[in-house]
Amino acid sequence: MPKDGGIGASSKRREDVRFLTGAGNYTDDINIRGQAYVHFLRSDIAHGTIKSIDTGAAAAMPGVVRIFTGSDFEGVGGMPCGWQVTDKHGQPMQEPAHPILAQGKVRHVGEPVAAVVADTLEQARDAAEAIALDIDELPAVVDMKAALADGSTKVHDDLNDNLCYDWGFVEENKDAVNKAFENAAHVTSLELVNNRLVANPMEPRVALGDYARGTDDSTLYTTSQNPHVIRLLMGAFVLGIPEHKLRVVAPDVGGGFGTKIFHYQEEAFCTFAAKACNRPVKWTSSRSEAFISDAHGRDHVTKIELALDADNNFTALRTETHANMGAYLSTFAPSIPTWLHGTLMAGNYKTPLIYVNVKAVFTNTVPVDAYRGAGRPEATFQLERVVDKAARELGVDPIALRRQNFITEFPYATPVAVEYDTGDYHGTMDKLEEMGDFAGFAARRAESEKNGKLRGLGVNCYIEACGIAPSNLVGQLGARAGLYESATVRVNATGGLVVMTGSHSHGQGHETSFAQVVAEMIGIDENMVEIVHGDTANTPMGMGTYGSRSIAVGGSAMVRATEKIINKAKKIASHLLEASEADIELKDGAFSVAGTDKSVAWGDVTLAAYVPHNYPLEDIEPGLEETAFYDPANFTYPSGAYACEVEVDPDTGKVTIERFAAADDFGNIINPMIVTGQVHGGIAQGIGQALLENCAYDENGQLLSASYMDYAMPRADDLPMFDVDHSSQTPCTHNPLGVKGCGEAGAIGSPPAVVNAVVDALQSAGKDVMHVDMPLSPDRVWAAMQ
Amino acid sequence: MYNFDVVKPTRIADAVKELSDSTESQPLGGGQTLIPTLKQRLASPDKLVSLSAIDEMQGVCKGDDGSICIGGATNHATVAAEAGDYPALAATAAHIGDPAVRNRGTIGGSLANNDPSACYPAAALASGATIKTNTREIAADDYFQGMFATALDEGEIITEVRFPVPERANYQKFLQPASRFALVGVFVAKYADGVRVAITGASNDGVFRWTEAEAALSSNFSAAALDGLSLPDGDMISDLHGTGEYRAHLCAVMTKRAVAAAA
Repeated sequence: MPKDGGIGASSKRREDVRFLTGAGNYTDDINIRGQAYVHFLRSDIAHGTIKSIDTGAAAAMPGVVRIFTGSDFEGVGGMPCGWQVTDKHGQPMQEPAHPILAQGKVRHVGEPVAAVVADTLEQARDAAEAIALDIDELPAVVDMKAALADGSTKVHDDLNDNLCYDWGFVEENKDAVNKAFENAAHVTSLELVNNRLVANPMEPRVALGDYARGTDDSTLYTTSQNPHVIRLLMGAFVLGIPEHKLRVVAPDVGGGFGTKIFHYQEEAFCTFAAKACNRPVKWTSSRSEAFISDAHGRDHVTKIELALDADNNFTALRTETHANMGAYLSTFAPSIPTWLHGTLMAGNYKTPLIYVNVKAVFTNTVPVDAYRGAGRPEATFQLERVVDKAARELGVDPIALRRQNFITEFPYATPVAVEYDTGDYHGTMDKLEEMGDFAGFAARRAESEKNGKLRGLGVNCYIEACGIAPSNLVGQLGARAGLYESATVRVNATGGLVVMTGSHSHGQGHETSFAQVVAEMIGIDENMVEIVHGDTANTPMGMGTYGSRSIAVGGSAMVRATEKIINKAKKIASHLLEASEADIELKDGAFSVAGTDKSVAWGDVTLAAYVPHNYPLEDIEPGLEETAFYDPANFTYPSGAYACEVEVDPDTGKVTIERFAAADDFGNIINPMIVTGQVHGGIAQGIGQALLENCAYDENGQLLSASYMDYAMPRADDLPMFDVDHSSQTPCTHNPLGVKGCGEAGAIGSPPAVVNAVVDALQSAGKDVMHVDMPLSPDRVWAAMQ
Repeated sequence: MYNFDVVKPTRIADAVKELSDSTESQPLGGGQTLIPTLKQRLASPDKLVSLSAIDEMQGVCKGDDGSICIGGATNHATVAAEAGDYPALAATAAHIGDPAVRNRGTIGGSLANNDPSACYPAAALASGATIKTNTREIAADDYFQGMFATALDEGEIITEVRFPVPERANYQKFLQPASRFALVGVFVAKYADGVRVAITGASNDGVFRWTEAEAALSSNFSAAALDGLSLPDGDMISDLHGTGEYRAHLCAVMTKRAVAAAA
């Protein structure tokens, strides 16, 4: 029976009322008296030397407050990179300077070269057009393999070459892996592309800098998934403002998908310019600017090989990946193709030997960083494609081949350095087989064929790592940040609570689901709990929201803080009830003495804490407010099995998704409706990557898909109704809620299912097609059939 | 956007005068192409002459010869709702863009712009429509002159478009996945004196007639009549969404489908 509140209830998202009725408070909704506007003059050349920038005529234009160029930022720190990867020789990655405004050279289309601050945005744009910018164009470096060839033009003159790092994982396993391939009964290999994507959150990025001359305080309002991280990076590494003089506010944020994790030039600029101009300075990205200034995602080119023995057991896996970094290192870019990708290459399988090689490459393109799933979709896609291909080559059932190689005993230490705590891969596959009605597929295929269509069924599994922790481990791996989370629980005198979390909600529904947890722990109504996030001035230092970490890490911090609250409240209750603390029980919002009918209500205890007339002042302090920081012992490992059925029109190559089923194991679940919504959104984005989205550059470094006229976003009519189940639950063993995280699963698990299905459909028509690169647009599918 | 003036005349003559007053003026239909262009600062007219308040350019009616007459400033949603006597034309209008586009965009605006991937040029060319302007009448065969190029003179306004109603017709659009314009769109219309086939989206020269298909269909109006016919891919658009070869192939597929749907 569904609960009507607390953990496990599908409570309606309380925040949606304001989002859907126009009452949200997004960064662009914030306007400060006297505010000026900045327009960035961005390079329309991918690679070139700046010969001169003449701002004289522009500076004299109406309304212009001040024009900034790179020379205004000499001596100011550049954009920092938050993760240092060490290469296979033990050397640190090559790390180029990343200026706020271009200095000397431009390195990608969209790089900001000058910034015009004016009274109105139109005045700023007019003046920007009057800037005389002379750039000597250089050959653009676009293709990753060409970028690594001898004699290639260098993106950064002061680096040795265009190679950021050459990473081997686990380098010590390499020889054993190679030997296993020599002894293999069968080797399946596949070369594939994980296509570059543009995140396209509904709300474009916005930054508004404000400066209080009287107190020397700076404030930045920004569209961020992690305001504390921005405050630390920008304050300490870019502008030299100590945290106590810098406040960062990320109010309502309309979608992030990773691209709002990173610290961007525009944020630093607006904060800097507000002080320099002594006026608030606002920037609102246009959609066109977003395409060339938001960090892109994915962009891997991979060769993967799977070795099997004569009994079809996986014996070794070997991959070579080129990962595009773009022109500069975005905040967490180096970690994505390494620690968030290589560590997941075991997938759901007990392959004993794995070697992953990743070459990260600089090119004259927009920087690439985390996008929903971040590294894990890339790992899942290649692994599940090569397993599917192996099944086809060996003539065995792809589900049976997977089941035969599943990890079944937990905890399980993979050969790629992580330990899965729990999982039940047969369980989710059993569930999927039931949901997918595979037995009925033959009849559905026959029906499709009667209508002149090909039908294919694709299945795959996935494993992901959420939570991104513990801090001491990620520190060893090169993270320049801790990855704990924080929460302060403040109980008010009349019993209501405010939870100030270091996590950040930008669409995930934390204001609802986090409140459910606290309400359940105390036994009170959810509406007595308010969740506050997004403002460094009123939340404890936290690391924000990405990597499906919020409930697993931030939720755990909140549980710990609430436990402290309950412990103290029990002490107060024991005093009020004149009973031993050990005998006090909390149930349904009341403290009682075990075995008696004596009890005191939650509200009476909280009132006593703040009106301590009858209170054990000699033993405990008044008040009821606690903070906890939680640093997990391990990642969490959600997993699942997905199935996709497609129809392919053989005359046009058009793929239609007819059925899609997802069986996930997220451990315990707080709000099933929100989880279902997260999975729906993730699958939609995964199908977007698989069928539609294609961020493409030409050989001159010009972005070909720079607007919605050419960049295809998934729309409702591109998608079927999804069949989503998360009843398979193996709780996480190392966090107090037993939760694993669900935000990225859909985007990780769905692309291989789609491609597997399309290959199956083409094979059913006798086409010798083993792979088609994403997106599987009609022209590509048709070409593959010819 | 740069600054500009907007005038909204209520008579064709006034609109023509407003346009002739300034060489930098531009007529504004529904603005579905022009307004985004202005927003991107890719055009800088000093004056926009809106045609939307001119009553005599609004609406759908039937001519004495049975043709469908559509005022140049009539939006697509109105055509979809009121051109029921020419069902294939109404259906074409009903599937242009999205509801916002259909309630703002106009037939005159679409034909004057002559986007190589727009739907209306295929309908007009396949129907042998007559484009009536403030100064003359232009046969569709003479009107379309390549990508974004038409027979219109500077300051000339499309006041009405007349479509002879065919015995049978159908428009098949294969969507470009991002813009949902026609990657290839084929309009087939069968008249008593022959079949016309017009194709949009495919060619570097804009909308064109596929005369071999027309000849084959005029003697045998069936999809089978098209077997073995193909278009050369040399003049086809090749871009992110499809090669010339793919577009040439789609032309044949969509023509067959249009014939099958019309038959």
